[in-house]
Amino acid sequence: MMSAYFDFIRIRFLMMLAYRVNYYSGIVIYAINIGAYYFLWQAIYGEQDSLAGFTIAQMTTYIAVSWMARAFYFNNLDREIANEIRDGSVAVQLIRPYSYLLVKMMQGFGEGAFRLLLFMVPGMIIVCLIFPVKLPTDPVVWLIYLAMLFLSFLINSQINILTGLFAFFVENNEGMMRMKRVMVDLFSGVVVPIAFFPGWLKSIMEWLPFQAITYLPSSVFTGRTPLGEAGGVLGLQIAWFAVLLLPIWLTWRAARKRLFVQGG
Amino acid sequence: MRYASLFWEYIKNYAKTRLTYRADFWIEVLSDLLFQIVNLIFIFIVFQHTPSLGGWTELEVVFVYGFFMIPFGIFATFFSIWNFSERYIVKGEMDRVLTRPAHSLFQVLFENVDPPSMFGSFVGAGIMAYCWAKMDLPFHPVDLLILALLVMGAVLIYAGLYTALSAISFYSDAPTGIVPLMYNIQNYGRYPVNIYNKLIRFVLTWLLPFAFVGVIPASYFLEKKADDLSQLALLTPVMGLIVFGIGLAFWNHGVKRYRGAGS
Repeated sequence: MMSAYFDFIRIRFLMMLAYRVNYYSGIVIYAINIGAYYFLWQAIYGEQDSLAGFTIAQMTTYIAVSWMARAFYFNNLDREIANEIRDGSVAVQLIRPYSYLLVKMMQGFGEGAFRLLLFMVPGMIIVCLIFPVKLPTDPVVWLIYLAMLFLSFLINSQINILTGLFAFFVENNEGMMRMKRVMVDLFSGVVVPIAFFPGWLKSIMEWLPFQAITYLPSSVFTGRTPLGEAGGVLGLQIAWFAVLLLPIWLTWRAARKRLFVQGG
Repeated sequence: MRYASLFWEYIKNYAKTRLTYRADFWIEVLSDLLFQIVNLIFIFIVFQHTPSLGGWTELEVVFVYGFFMIPFGIFATFFSIWNFSERYIVKGEMDRVLTRPAHSLFQVLFENVDPPSMFGSFVGAGIMAYCWAKMDLPFHPVDLLILALLVMGAVLIYAGLYTALSAISFYSDAPTGIVPLMYNIQNYGRYPVNIYNKLIRFVLTWLLPFAFVGVIPASYFLEKKADDLSQLALLTPVMGLIVFGIGLAFWNHGVKRYRGAGS
């Protein structure tokens, strides 16, 4: 049975490979975004050496690695699920002998593997050539960061799956998906590290899963968070992964009860 | 006149199809506004850590953002053709459009009209008015006229660029990532362009003139800066006409080359 799930990863990876040309422009887009924020932060720092615990050099690295991490963990599982619910093909999937949600996660993995190898890695190399990014030299940091990156992917995909499942309850969740994307980008710390948020917002963020997607891993990677605290970050990510399983399971259970296929 | 009545028919059509999903309409308005609020939050966060951005104060940057929201809302209402290539070229709907007497671009745009986006314009105008009062800027009635002119120019710049972008689908059938590319670049016209290096500034001013949809026209109403962008402000309508002219020409030429989707 497990081999069937692995096939889903493989097939999605090959499918993405067929469309790889589309992702070359993605690298350019991310490089442009990183460039824009690089100049913006340069202007914000001005004469100041460090803000919110980040030196300007760390900030540059933070921007680069955060955007490139997004290049890896980003996927459209929410849209895929919503479309399958809307066009009714989810009904066919439900009678097949596998777990629909697990299959979706596997397809996400396939896309993630593709994005890691053909988007994040080359993108990071290009960005390092253009901007003064200082990568950590300690191999331990790299290993821990890779583990964190994997958990970022899991948590982000869980949020996507949850958003997608809402299509069971509202006929068209386009707006919700857009809201989710905007919120995840801001609250996960891609655009601004959470350390820069005003106090009240920072304390709200500590109780939400978003910071575990980008801000915490990138802070470890840039060296703002010392290596000694990395274990705590990993623990928090794992905790969020476990906590998020519950709402997904509940939503899924409720959704299957109220499935009606439009036009069917 | 014929186009005006056609326009009215399209609007009625929109109302009929969209009122089936009434909740969606409001969710879309809400998600648009949320998107803008997030951008404003970003500006507020930035200014908690620095008193000025390239010589611009917080109120000025927010003012620029408010200005930018007005043309963007209008543009997003009438140019919601993000999936043009997918829907019209790949699925062949362009053939249906071309069999009708009205101009093809007009039809494509009005089939996809998206009124909820207009809300952003009103919010932007509100933000602008608020900053205007806060900064004690002098107000003359003629300013409203100039504002209308600048907004129109900015809308035309957007319209021209996105018409040209959509027209690329006529020339190449591979869906390219160029639309998201633009979508990302356009955000940089909202910040003071003098924080970027010379190359980016040049691109944003003259090649992909997104500086003309935000910071340049808005600077007309603000105090003069060292680099005095406001000298360029009144060029906005001119740029708009030029860019839209190029976009439209590119579109018309593309339609001529278009071979149809059928076998």
